[in-house]
Amino acid sequence: MGLLDKFDDLAATREALLAQGPLPFGVVTDKILSPTLGIVHGRETILAGTNNYLGLTFEPECIAAAERALESEGTGTTGSRMANGTYGGHQALEKELAAFYGRRHAIVFTTGFTATMGMVAALAGPDDVLMIDGDCHASIYDGCRLSGAEIIRFRHNNPEDLRKRLRRLGERASRTLVVTEGLFSMLGDQAPLEEIVEIKDEFGACMLLDEAHSMGVFGEHGRGLAEARGVEDRVDFIVGTFSKSLGSVGGFCVSNHPELETVRMASRAYIFTASPTPSVIASTRAALRLVAERPQLRRQLWENSTRLYQGLAEAGFELGPQAGPVVAVYVDEPARAIESWHRLLEAGVYVNLVIPPATPSTRCLLRCSISAAHTPEQIDTIIAAFASLESIVGVADTA
Amino acid sequence: MASYDECLQIIREVAEPLLEAGVTVSEGAVLGQELGLSSLRTLELVADIEDRLDISLPLNSLPAVRTVADLARLLEASSGGAS
Repeated sequence: MGLLDKFDDLAATREALLAQGPLPFGVVTDKILSPTLGIVHGRETILAGTNNYLGLTFEPECIAAAERALESEGTGTTGSRMANGTYGGHQALEKELAAFYGRRHAIVFTTGFTATMGMVAALAGPDDVLMIDGDCHASIYDGCRLSGAEIIRFRHNNPEDLRKRLRRLGERASRTLVVTEGLFSMLGDQAPLEEIVEIKDEFGACMLLDEAHSMGVFGEHGRGLAEARGVEDRVDFIVGTFSKSLGSVGGFCVSNHPELETVRMASRAYIFTASPTPSVIASTRAALRLVAERPQLRRQLWENSTRLYQGLAEAGFELGPQAGPVVAVYVDEPARAIESWHRLLEAGVYVNLVIPPATPSTRCLLRCSISAAHTPEQIDTIIAAFASLESIVGVADTA
Repeated sequence: MASYDECLQIIREVAEPLLEAGVTVSEGAVLGQELGLSSLRTLELVADIEDRLDISLPLNSLPAVRTVADLARLLEASSGGAS
Protein backbone atom coordinates (compact mmCIF):
# COMPACT_ATOMS: atom_id res chain seq x y z
CA MET A 1 0.00 0.00 0.00
CA GLY A 2 1.45 3.34 -1.04
CA LEU A 3 1.60 6.63 0.83
CA LEU A 4 -1.40 8.14 -0.92
CA ASP A 5 -3.59 5.03 -1.11
CA LYS A 6 -5.24 6.00 2.17
CA PHE A 7 -7.15 8.68 0.26
CA ASP A 8 -8.85 6.19 -2.07
CA ASP A 9 -11.99 5.80 0.03
CA LEU A 10 -12.39 9.55 0.47
CA ALA A 11 -11.82 10.11 -3.24
CA ALA A 12 -14.53 7.57 -4.07
CA THR A 13 -16.93 9.29 -1.66
CA ARG A 14 -16.13 12.66 -3.24
CA GLU A 15 -16.74 11.35 -6.76
CA ALA A 16 -20.05 9.81 -5.71
CA LEU A 17 -21.15 13.10 -4.15
CA LEU A 18 -20.09 15.10 -7.21
CA ALA A 19 -22.18 12.83 -9.41
CA GLN A 20 -25.26 14.11 -7.56
CA GLY A 21 -24.55 17.83 -8.13
CA PRO A 22 -22.63 20.55 -6.33
CA LEU A 23 -20.31 19.16 -3.67
CA PRO A 24 -21.99 19.72 -0.28
CA PHE A 25 -18.62 20.10 1.41
CA GLY A 26 -17.05 23.34 0.20
CA VAL A 27 -19.93 24.69 -1.86
CA VAL A 28 -18.94 27.81 -3.82
CA THR A 29 -20.81 31.05 -3.20
CA ASP A 30 -20.31 32.73 -6.58
CA LYS A 31 -21.37 36.10 -5.24
CA ILE A 32 -22.18 37.14 -1.71
CA LEU A 33 -25.04 39.66 -1.64
CA SER A 34 -25.66 40.26 2.06
CA PRO A 35 -25.23 38.47 5.40
CA THR A 36 -28.11 36.20 4.47
CA LEU A 37 -28.14 36.06 0.66
CA GLY A 38 -25.74 34.80 -1.99
CA ILE A 39 -25.63 33.42 -5.52
CA VAL A 40 -24.94 29.69 -5.31
CA HIS A 41 -24.90 27.51 -8.41
CA GLY A 42 -26.42 30.37 -10.39
CA ARG A 43 -29.37 30.83 -8.03
CA GLU A 44 -30.17 33.44 -5.38
CA THR A 45 -29.92 31.49 -2.16
CA ILE A 46 -30.82 32.15 1.46
CA LEU A 47 -27.74 31.44 3.54
CA ALA A 48 -28.82 29.49 6.59
CA GLY A 49 -25.57 27.80 7.50
CA THR A 50 -22.97 30.54 7.95
CA ASN A 51 -22.72 31.09 11.75
CA ASN A 52 -23.13 34.81 11.00
CA TYR A 53 -25.24 35.12 14.14
CA LEU A 54 -25.49 38.90 14.40
CA GLY A 55 -25.27 39.56 10.66
CA LEU A 56 -22.42 42.05 10.99
CA THR A 57 -20.40 41.07 7.90
CA PHE A 58 -21.81 43.96 5.83
CA GLU A 59 -22.18 46.43 8.70
CA PRO A 60 -21.08 49.87 7.37
CA GLU A 61 -19.17 50.76 10.56
CA CYS A 62 -17.16 47.55 10.35
CA ILE A 63 -16.45 47.95 6.65
CA ALA A 64 -15.41 51.59 7.07
CA ALA A 65 -13.05 50.69 9.91
CA ALA A 66 -11.50 47.91 7.82
CA GLU A 67 -11.11 50.23 4.83
CA ARG A 68 -9.36 52.86 6.92
CA ALA A 69 -6.97 50.28 8.35
CA LEU A 70 -6.28 48.84 4.91
CA GLU A 71 -5.41 52.29 3.58
CA SER A 72 -3.30 53.36 6.52
CA GLU A 73 -1.69 50.09 7.69
CA GLY A 74 -1.52 47.94 4.57
CA THR A 75 -2.73 44.48 3.63
CA GLY A 76 -0.92 42.40 6.23
CA THR A 77 1.56 42.38 9.09
CA THR A 78 3.76 39.69 7.48
CA GLY A 79 4.86 38.54 10.90
CA SER A 80 4.10 36.79 14.15
CA ARG A 81 2.71 38.47 17.24
CA MET A 82 6.04 37.54 18.86
CA ALA A 83 8.08 39.32 16.22
CA ASN A 84 6.88 42.29 14.17
CA GLY A 85 3.18 41.38 13.96
CA THR A 86 1.79 43.27 16.95
CA TYR A 87 0.45 46.66 15.92
CA GLY A 88 -1.33 49.17 18.09
CA GLY A 89 -4.65 47.77 16.88
CA HIS A 90 -3.87 44.25 18.14
CA GLN A 91 -3.02 45.60 21.56
CA ALA A 92 -6.08 47.87 21.61
CA LEU A 93 -8.36 44.96 20.70
CA GLU A 94 -6.89 42.92 23.55
CA LYS A 95 -7.61 45.72 26.00
CA GLU A 96 -11.15 46.08 24.64
CA LEU A 97 -11.79 42.33 24.90
CA ALA A 98 -10.51 42.32 28.50
CA ALA A 99 -12.80 45.25 29.32
CA PHE A 100 -15.78 43.63 27.55
CA TYR A 101 -15.37 40.47 29.63
CA GLY A 102 -14.33 42.30 32.83
CA ARG A 103 -11.06 40.35 32.92
CA ARG A 104 -7.53 41.52 33.52
CA HIS A 105 -5.92 39.81 30.52
CA ALA A 106 -6.72 39.00 26.91
CA ILE A 107 -4.71 37.66 24.01
CA VAL A 108 -5.61 37.60 20.34
CA PHE A 109 -4.85 34.69 18.02
CA THR A 110 -5.01 34.51 14.23
CA THR A 111 -8.00 32.15 14.06
CA GLY A 112 -10.52 30.70 16.46
CA PHE A 113 -9.10 27.23 15.80
CA THR A 114 -5.59 28.29 16.80
CA ALA A 115 -6.92 30.12 19.86
CA THR A 116 -8.59 27.01 21.23
CA MET A 117 -5.94 24.56 20.12
CA GLY A 118 -3.13 26.85 21.24
CA MET A 119 -4.59 27.52 24.67
CA VAL A 120 -5.36 23.87 25.44
CA ALA A 121 -1.93 22.75 24.24
CA ALA A 122 -0.15 25.46 26.26
CA LEU A 123 -2.10 25.17 29.50
CA ALA A 124 -1.69 21.42 30.02
CA GLY A 125 1.57 19.48 29.94
CA PRO A 126 2.78 15.90 30.31
CA ASP A 127 2.07 15.74 34.05
CA ASP A 128 -1.43 17.19 33.76
CA VAL A 129 -4.88 15.91 32.85
CA LEU A 130 -7.28 17.31 30.26
CA MET A 131 -10.89 16.37 31.02
CA ILE A 132 -12.94 17.16 27.93
CA ASP A 133 -16.59 16.87 26.98
CA GLY A 134 -16.86 14.08 24.41
CA ASP A 135 -18.51 16.37 21.85
CA CYS A 136 -15.83 19.06 21.94
CA HIS A 137 -14.62 20.66 18.72
CA ALA A 138 -11.73 19.25 16.68
CA SER A 139 -9.54 22.20 17.72
CA ILE A 140 -9.84 21.08 21.35
CA TYR A 141 -9.01 17.47 20.50
CA ASP A 142 -5.99 18.63 18.49
CA GLY A 143 -4.83 20.87 21.33
CA CYS A 144 -5.12 17.90 23.67
CA ARG A 145 -2.94 15.76 21.44
CA LEU A 146 -0.30 18.49 21.19
CA SER A 147 -0.22 19.08 24.95
CA GLY A 148 1.23 15.70 25.88
CA ALA A 149 -1.21 15.60 28.82
CA GLU A 150 -3.36 12.63 29.76
CA ILE A 151 -6.69 13.06 27.98
CA ILE A 152 -9.93 11.84 29.53
CA ARG A 153 -13.27 12.25 27.86
CA PHE A 154 -16.47 12.69 29.89
CA ARG A 155 -19.90 11.92 28.51
CA HIS A 156 -21.40 14.86 26.67
CA ASN A 157 -23.15 17.42 28.92
CA ASN A 158 -23.13 14.89 31.76
CA PRO A 159 -21.99 16.54 35.03
CA GLU A 160 -22.26 13.31 37.00
CA ASP A 161 -19.91 11.56 34.59
CA LEU A 162 -17.49 14.49 35.02
CA ARG A 163 -17.73 14.17 38.81
CA LYS A 164 -17.09 10.44 38.65
CA ARG A 165 -14.02 10.86 36.48
CA LEU A 166 -12.57 13.68 38.59
CA ARG A 167 -13.06 11.51 41.67
CA ARG A 168 -11.18 8.66 39.98
CA LEU A 169 -8.18 10.97 39.51
CA GLY A 170 -7.68 11.47 43.25
CA GLU A 171 -5.06 14.14 43.95
CA ARG A 172 -4.42 14.60 40.23
CA ALA A 173 -7.78 16.37 39.93
CA SER A 174 -6.06 19.56 41.08
CA ARG A 175 -3.80 19.34 38.02
CA THR A 176 -6.74 18.98 35.67
CA LEU A 177 -8.13 21.38 33.10
CA VAL A 178 -11.82 20.77 32.43
CA VAL A 179 -12.73 21.80 28.88
CA THR A 180 -16.19 22.25 27.45
CA GLU A 181 -18.17 24.55 25.17
CA GLY A 182 -21.04 26.96 25.79
CA LEU A 183 -23.24 26.28 22.77
CA PHE A 184 -22.34 23.08 20.95
CA SER A 185 -22.06 23.76 17.26
CA MET A 186 -23.64 20.65 15.78
CA LEU A 187 -26.85 20.10 17.78
CA GLY A 188 -27.14 23.59 19.29
CA ASP A 189 -27.39 22.23 22.82
CA GLN A 190 -26.04 24.16 25.81
CA ALA A 191 -23.62 23.00 28.48
CA PRO A 192 -25.02 22.68 32.05
CA LEU A 193 -22.48 25.22 33.25
CA GLU A 194 -23.85 25.75 36.76
CA GLU A 195 -23.33 22.09 37.60
CA ILE A 196 -20.01 21.83 35.78
CA VAL A 197 -18.41 24.76 37.64
CA GLU A 198 -19.74 23.40 40.94
CA ILE A 199 -18.06 20.06 40.31
CA LYS A 200 -14.74 21.40 39.03
CA ASP A 201 -14.55 23.71 42.08
CA GLU A 202 -15.31 20.80 44.39
CA PHE A 203 -12.24 18.99 43.02
CA GLY A 204 -10.01 22.07 42.69
CA ALA A 205 -9.72 21.77 38.90
CA CYS A 206 -9.30 24.63 36.40
CA MET A 207 -11.72 25.25 33.57
CA LEU A 208 -11.54 26.48 29.98
CA LEU A 209 -14.80 27.30 28.21
CA ASP A 210 -15.08 27.67 24.45
CA GLU A 211 -17.72 30.31 23.73
CA ALA A 212 -17.13 30.32 19.95
CA HIS A 213 -20.83 29.84 19.17
CA SER A 214 -22.22 31.59 22.23
CA MET A 215 -20.39 34.94 22.33
CA GLY A 216 -22.80 37.63 21.14
CA VAL A 217 -25.64 35.13 21.43
CA PHE A 218 -26.18 34.71 25.20
CA GLY A 219 -26.09 37.03 28.19
CA GLU A 220 -27.33 40.52 28.89
CA HIS A 221 -24.11 41.97 27.48
CA GLY A 222 -23.49 39.26 24.88
CA ARG A 223 -20.55 37.73 26.71
CA GLY A 224 -21.84 34.21 26.26
CA LEU A 225 -23.42 31.33 28.12
CA ALA A 226 -21.23 31.79 31.21
CA GLU A 227 -22.69 35.29 31.59
CA ALA A 228 -26.24 34.06 31.00
CA ARG A 229 -25.85 31.34 33.66
CA GLY A 230 -24.12 33.68 36.16
CA VAL A 231 -20.92 31.63 36.41
CA GLU A 232 -18.38 33.86 34.63
CA ASP A 233 -16.19 34.39 37.69
CA ARG A 234 -15.81 30.63 38.13
CA VAL A 235 -14.52 29.98 34.63
CA ASP A 236 -10.73 30.36 34.51
CA PHE A 237 -10.26 30.82 30.77
CA ILE A 238 -12.78 31.80 28.11
CA VAL A 239 -11.85 31.35 24.46
CA GLY A 240 -13.80 32.59 21.49
CA THR A 241 -13.68 33.48 17.85
CA PHE A 242 -14.14 36.56 15.69
CA SER A 243 -15.54 34.50 12.82
CA LYS A 244 -19.10 34.12 14.04
CA SER A 245 -20.86 36.94 15.92
CA LEU A 246 -18.05 39.40 15.11
CA GLY A 247 -18.12 38.71 11.38
CA SER A 248 -14.37 38.55 10.66
CA VAL A 249 -11.71 35.95 11.46
CA GLY A 250 -9.47 35.42 14.47
CA GLY A 251 -9.68 34.16 18.03
CA PHE A 252 -9.00 35.16 21.62
CA CYS A 253 -8.66 34.07 25.21
CA VAL A 254 -9.51 36.13 28.31
CA SER A 255 -8.68 35.37 31.93
CA ASN A 256 -7.83 36.88 35.28
CA HIS A 257 -4.85 34.55 35.62
CA PRO A 258 -1.65 36.57 35.07
CA GLU A 259 -0.15 33.45 33.48
CA LEU A 260 -2.17 34.28 30.36
CA GLU A 261 0.50 36.87 29.52
CA THR A 262 3.13 34.12 29.75
CA VAL A 263 1.13 31.94 27.38
CA ARG A 264 2.25 34.36 24.66
CA MET A 265 5.72 32.87 25.07
CA ALA A 266 4.55 29.26 25.36
CA SER A 267 1.81 28.78 22.78
CA ARG A 268 3.21 27.63 19.46
CA ALA A 269 -0.08 28.47 17.74
CA TYR A 270 0.41 32.08 18.87
CA ILE A 271 4.11 32.31 18.15
CA PHE A 272 4.60 30.52 14.85
CA THR A 273 1.98 32.11 12.61
CA ALA A 274 1.39 35.56 11.16
CA SER A 275 -0.86 37.86 13.15
CA PRO A 276 -4.32 38.98 11.96
CA THR A 277 -4.27 41.67 9.29
CA PRO A 278 -4.90 45.28 10.38
CA SER A 279 -8.20 45.42 8.48
CA VAL A 280 -9.46 42.30 10.28
CA ILE A 281 -8.47 43.77 13.63
CA ALA A 282 -10.21 47.06 12.79
CA SER A 283 -13.52 45.48 11.71
CA THR A 284 -13.43 43.18 14.75
CA ARG A 285 -13.00 46.15 17.09
CA ALA A 286 -15.97 47.87 15.46
CA ALA A 287 -18.08 44.71 15.70
CA LEU A 288 -17.19 44.24 19.37
CA ARG A 289 -18.46 47.77 20.06
CA LEU A 290 -21.71 46.93 18.25
CA VAL A 291 -22.23 43.75 20.29
CA ALA A 292 -22.13 45.92 23.40
CA GLU A 293 -24.18 48.79 21.96
CA ARG A 294 -26.93 46.87 20.18
CA PRO A 295 -28.62 44.31 22.43
CA GLN A 296 -31.49 44.41 19.93
CA LEU A 297 -29.35 42.26 17.62
CA ARG A 298 -29.45 39.47 20.20
CA ARG A 299 -33.18 39.87 20.68
CA GLN A 300 -33.73 39.67 16.93
CA LEU A 301 -31.47 36.62 16.69
CA TRP A 302 -33.51 34.81 19.34
CA GLU A 303 -36.81 35.80 17.74
CA ASN A 304 -35.57 34.43 14.43
CA SER A 305 -34.15 31.28 16.01
CA THR A 306 -37.37 30.55 17.86
CA ARG A 307 -39.41 31.12 14.70
CA LEU A 308 -37.34 28.56 12.78
CA TYR A 309 -37.18 26.02 15.61
CA GLN A 310 -40.94 26.16 16.24
CA GLY A 311 -41.75 26.13 12.54
CA LEU A 312 -39.68 23.02 11.89
CA ALA A 313 -40.96 21.31 15.04
CA GLU A 314 -44.56 22.01 14.01
CA ALA A 315 -43.77 20.59 10.57
CA GLY A 316 -42.85 17.36 12.33
CA PHE A 317 -39.07 17.33 12.08
CA GLU A 318 -36.92 15.81 14.78
CA LEU A 319 -34.60 18.57 15.98
CA GLY A 320 -31.69 19.11 18.34
CA PRO A 321 -32.76 19.28 22.01
CA GLN A 322 -32.79 23.05 22.58
CA ALA A 323 -34.09 26.01 20.59
CA GLY A 324 -31.37 28.48 19.64
CA PRO A 325 -29.39 29.88 16.75
CA VAL A 326 -28.20 26.43 15.74
CA VAL A 327 -31.13 24.33 14.57
CA ALA A 328 -30.19 20.78 13.64
CA VAL A 329 -32.60 18.54 11.73
CA TYR A 330 -31.97 14.81 12.13
CA VAL A 331 -31.96 12.55 9.09
CA ASP A 332 -31.21 8.88 9.56
CA GLU A 333 -29.79 7.78 6.23
CA PRO A 334 -26.79 9.48 4.55
CA ALA A 335 -28.36 9.02 1.11
CA ARG A 336 -31.55 10.77 2.22
CA ALA A 337 -29.58 13.52 3.93
CA ILE A 338 -27.57 14.18 0.78
CA GLU A 339 -30.68 14.17 -1.41
CA SER A 340 -32.41 16.54 1.02
CA TRP A 341 -29.44 18.90 1.01
CA HIS A 342 -29.60 19.10 -2.81
CA ARG A 343 -33.35 19.67 -2.75
CA LEU A 344 -32.93 22.51 -0.27
CA LEU A 345 -30.26 24.11 -2.45
CA GLU A 346 -32.51 23.78 -5.48
CA ALA A 347 -35.21 25.53 -3.43
CA GLY A 348 -32.76 28.37 -2.76
CA VAL A 349 -31.76 27.47 0.79
CA TYR A 350 -28.21 26.67 1.88
CA VAL A 351 -27.71 24.72 5.11
CA ASN A 352 -24.83 22.56 6.34
CA LEU A 353 -24.85 18.85 5.57
CA VAL A 354 -23.21 16.89 8.36
CA ILE A 355 -22.71 13.17 8.14
CA PRO A 356 -20.94 10.75 10.51
CA PRO A 357 -18.25 10.78 11.81
CA ALA A 358 -18.59 14.58 11.94
CA THR A 359 -21.91 14.28 13.78
CA PRO A 360 -22.10 13.54 17.50
CA SER A 361 -24.16 10.41 16.79
CA THR A 362 -24.55 7.84 14.06
CA ARG A 363 -27.23 9.97 12.39
CA CYS A 364 -26.91 12.77 9.81
CA LEU A 365 -27.82 16.40 10.28
CA LEU A 366 -29.13 19.20 8.12
CA ARG A 367 -27.72 21.98 10.27
CA CYS A 368 -29.12 25.51 10.10
CA SER A 369 -27.56 28.53 11.75
CA ILE A 370 -29.70 31.61 12.05
CA SER A 371 -28.78 35.27 11.88
CA ALA A 372 -30.28 38.41 13.36
CA ALA A 373 -30.20 39.62 9.75
CA HIS A 374 -32.63 36.97 8.47
CA THR A 375 -36.06 38.39 7.73
CA PRO A 376 -39.22 36.60 8.92
CA GLU A 377 -40.00 35.93 5.25
CA GLN A 378 -36.62 34.26 4.74
CA ILE A 379 -37.21 32.06 7.76
CA ASP A 380 -40.63 31.07 6.48
CA THR A 381 -39.02 30.20 3.14
CA ILE A 382 -36.52 27.97 4.95
CA ILE A 383 -39.36 26.23 6.81
CA ALA A 384 -41.32 25.77 3.57
CA ALA A 385 -38.26 24.33 1.83
CA PHE A 386 -37.83 21.80 4.64
CA ALA A 387 -41.52 20.97 4.58
CA SER A 388 -41.20 20.04 0.90
CA LEU A 389 -38.70 17.33 1.95
CA GLU A 390 -41.27 15.46 3.97
CA SER A 391 -41.26 12.39 1.75
CA ILE A 392 -37.44 12.18 1.85
CA VAL A 393 -36.60 12.61 5.50
CA GLY A 394 -39.50 10.54 6.78
CA VAL A 395 -41.16 13.18 8.91
CA ALA A 396 -44.14 10.94 9.50
CA ASP A 397 -41.82 8.40 11.11
CA THR A 398 -40.31 10.85 13.53
CA ALA A 399 -43.18 13.19 14.39
CA MET B 1 -8.12 -4.84 40.62
CA ALA B 2 -9.29 -7.15 37.83
CA SER B 3 -7.50 -9.98 36.04
CA TYR B 4 -7.26 -10.33 32.29
CA ASP B 5 -9.98 -12.97 32.28
CA GLU B 6 -12.26 -10.82 34.43
CA CYS B 7 -11.73 -7.89 32.07
CA LEU B 8 -12.49 -10.09 29.09
CA GLN B 9 -15.69 -11.24 30.75
CA ILE B 10 -16.74 -7.63 31.43
CA ILE B 11 -16.08 -6.67 27.81
CA ARG B 12 -18.29 -9.56 26.67
CA GLU B 13 -21.08 -8.70 29.10
CA VAL B 14 -21.14 -5.06 28.06
CA ALA B 15 -20.62 -5.57 24.33
CA GLU B 16 -22.85 -8.50 23.51
CA PRO B 17 -26.20 -6.75 24.00
CA LEU B 18 -25.03 -4.12 21.48
CA LEU B 19 -24.01 -6.57 18.78
CA GLU B 20 -25.98 -8.07 15.93
CA ALA B 21 -27.09 -11.67 16.30
CA GLY B 22 -24.29 -14.08 15.51
CA VAL B 23 -21.45 -11.68 16.29
CA THR B 24 -19.26 -13.00 19.07
CA VAL B 25 -16.65 -11.23 21.14
CA SER B 26 -13.56 -13.32 20.51
CA GLU B 27 -10.20 -12.21 21.87
CA GLY B 28 -8.85 -11.65 18.38
CA ALA B 29 -11.83 -9.62 17.13
CA VAL B 30 -10.88 -6.17 15.90
CA LEU B 31 -12.82 -3.56 17.89
CA GLY B 32 -15.33 -1.61 15.86
CA GLN B 33 -14.70 -3.22 12.50
CA GLU B 34 -15.32 -6.91 13.30
CA LEU B 35 -17.89 -6.20 16.01
CA GLY B 36 -19.88 -4.00 13.63
CA LEU B 37 -19.62 -0.94 15.89
CA SER B 38 -18.99 2.62 14.70
CA SER B 39 -16.14 4.60 16.29
CA LEU B 40 -18.71 6.47 18.38
CA ARG B 41 -20.38 3.28 19.59
CA THR B 42 -16.95 1.86 20.41
CA LEU B 43 -16.22 4.88 22.63
CA GLU B 44 -19.59 4.42 24.33
CA LEU B 45 -18.77 0.77 24.87
CA VAL B 46 -15.43 1.71 26.43
CA ALA B 47 -17.17 4.24 28.73
CA ASP B 48 -19.60 1.56 29.95
CA ILE B 49 -16.73 -0.83 30.61
CA GLU B 50 -14.85 1.93 32.49
CA ASP B 51 -17.85 2.35 34.75
CA ARG B 52 -17.91 -1.36 35.54
CA LEU B 53 -14.30 -1.14 36.71
CA ASP B 54 -14.56 2.40 38.11
CA ILE B 55 -11.58 3.59 36.07
CA SER B 56 -11.01 6.10 33.25
CA LEU B 57 -8.87 5.06 30.30
CA PRO B 58 -6.89 7.98 28.87
CA LEU B 59 -7.72 8.61 25.21
CA ASN B 60 -3.95 8.59 24.65
CA SER B 61 -3.90 4.86 25.38
CA LEU B 62 -6.63 3.88 22.92
CA PRO B 63 -4.76 4.10 19.58
CA ALA B 64 -2.71 1.07 20.65
CA VAL B 65 -5.88 -0.93 21.25
CA ARG B 66 -6.84 -2.90 18.17
CA THR B 67 -8.42 -6.11 19.37
CA VAL B 68 -10.61 -7.25 22.24
CA ALA B 69 -7.51 -8.85 23.80
CA ASP B 70 -5.64 -5.51 23.59
CA LEU B 71 -8.52 -3.82 25.42
CA ALA B 72 -8.63 -6.52 28.09
CA ARG B 73 -4.88 -6.13 28.69
CA LEU B 74 -5.20 -2.34 28.96
CA LEU B 75 -8.12 -2.67 31.38
CA GLU B 76 -6.17 -5.17 33.46
CA ALA B 77 -3.20 -2.82 33.66
CA SER B 78 -5.33 0.26 34.37
CA SER B 79 -7.30 -1.44 37.11
CA GLY B 80 -4.11 -2.53 38.83
CA GLY B 81 -4.60 -6.18 37.93
CA ALA B 82 -1.35 -6.64 36.01
CA SER B 83 2.07 -6.70 37.61
